[in-house]
Amino acid sequence: MTETATTEELPEFPAPRLGKCPFAPPPGLLELQDADKPVRRVRIWDGTTPWLVTTHVAQRQILSDPRLSATIARDGYPHTTEAMKVHASEMQPSINNTDGAEHTRWRRMLTSSFTRPRMQKLRPAIQQITDDLIDKMLAGPNPTELNEALSLPLPSLMICELLGVPYDDHEFFQEHAGVTNAVFKSPEASAATAATLRSYISGLIEKKMDDPGEDVLTDLAERVKAGDLAMEEAAPLGHILLVAGHDTSANMITLGTALLLQNPEQLAGLREHAHDEKYVANAVEELLRYLTLPHLLARRAVVEDIELGGETIRAGEGVIASLPAANWDPVAFPEPATLDLARAAAHHLAFGWGPHQCVGQQLARVELQVVFGTLFRRIPTLRLDAELDDLKFKEDSQAYGIYELPIAW
Amino acid sequence: MKIVIDEERCVAAGQCVSAAAKVFDQREEDGIAVLLDERPPAELAPDVRQAAAVCPALAIRIEE
Repeated sequence: MTETATTEELPEFPAPRLGKCPFAPPPGLLELQDADKPVRRVRIWDGTTPWLVTTHVAQRQILSDPRLSATIARDGYPHTTEAMKVHASEMQPSINNTDGAEHTRWRRMLTSSFTRPRMQKLRPAIQQITDDLIDKMLAGPNPTELNEALSLPLPSLMICELLGVPYDDHEFFQEHAGVTNAVFKSPEASAATAATLRSYISGLIEKKMDDPGEDVLTDLAERVKAGDLAMEEAAPLGHILLVAGHDTSANMITLGTALLLQNPEQLAGLREHAHDEKYVANAVEELLRYLTLPHLLARRAVVEDIELGGETIRAGEGVIASLPAANWDPVAFPEPATLDLARAAAHHLAFGWGPHQCVGQQLARVELQVVFGTLFRRIPTLRLDAELDDLKFKEDSQAYGIYELPIAW
Repeated sequence: MKIVIDEERCVAAGQCVSAAAKVFDQREEDGIAVLLDERPPAELAPDVRQAAAVCPALAIRIEE
């Protein structure tokens, strides 16, 4: 077989979801999973052929290997979207786009704001907001739509509070977050939305220089004022936190609710243990594992040749670690297609792995624990008000989710 | 069992605190993991091993 013929037969990444289960990773992705061959070439949207890593053990290995770079302008970096590829060389260094000591510097600017003890202290506030939103939902029209009623407002309110962003602007930034995460946007639309959000954030940072609060943007404002950080560096950081801080949790709440409604036995168990914080915390890890909403990540460029799974991966080549594949690896999670809220799932890779693992993960956990511990307890008759087949899933967004989830009770 | 944390590697993900809150905490100012108990009792060993296994930065070393 010639090399050309082999290239033509490469599987596409991402594979379409098709099939009957929109909650499962694409069947075409799972078919590639092979413990003896954890690394293989695939073809992505721009015709390039990066390596795909499908097993849990191999992904943990490469995502903590300093010979792979998260810098998107590096040779061979497998871009997720056309917009990313077009703008790669202009991207400012930031937490998502740097390696090693430089990345550590960025990360440490934020870590104190998102520690587990600090996020645990927010639990009563998150509970209060959740209860208020559910009160409002119960007093309003029935049926209703879950994103609008609960999934979006809860994490948006929390990230606004933490960053010091006015919640009154939520329609504006939620719409721009949708564009930021869209896969098929034009490079022009992407640049325009990034510029709009950055100028919005830098406006807020400027205000906080004169009128400080107790929030992350105030911390950034102090660094800018002290000359430790340029405004051009601070604004993208605020942009990343604002988008990642609400859109991801919102999608998890909606997807998780829909998935639980499809699994009445598991849902009954959750309802029964709704006051058991440990059970609920574990259930959330299993939902994170099962649904893995960053379905197109993680991506790296190889900067020094590595040996992995019997292959030599060369400097200048790209690697995609499919997080949903790792989370459905039967070696790490026996019978991965079975949703089992009591299984040990904390070693999932839904927040990524290695030095770039999600900074906001402990906030997301508390939000999800409160929502899933409260929603079905307070509304035991909650049900889908649509056919599963009629729901539109966000295959075209970097954060997997459901565009609208009609519910009734 | 003796635990050693590599502060340089730690990325303040908080995973060790989730796994073993009696043994690990996070420093207020930068989120870096701190040890509450360098030599924890045997009954906490499974939690500590879990903490080391879920540390994304592989910053926890256990000396048996």
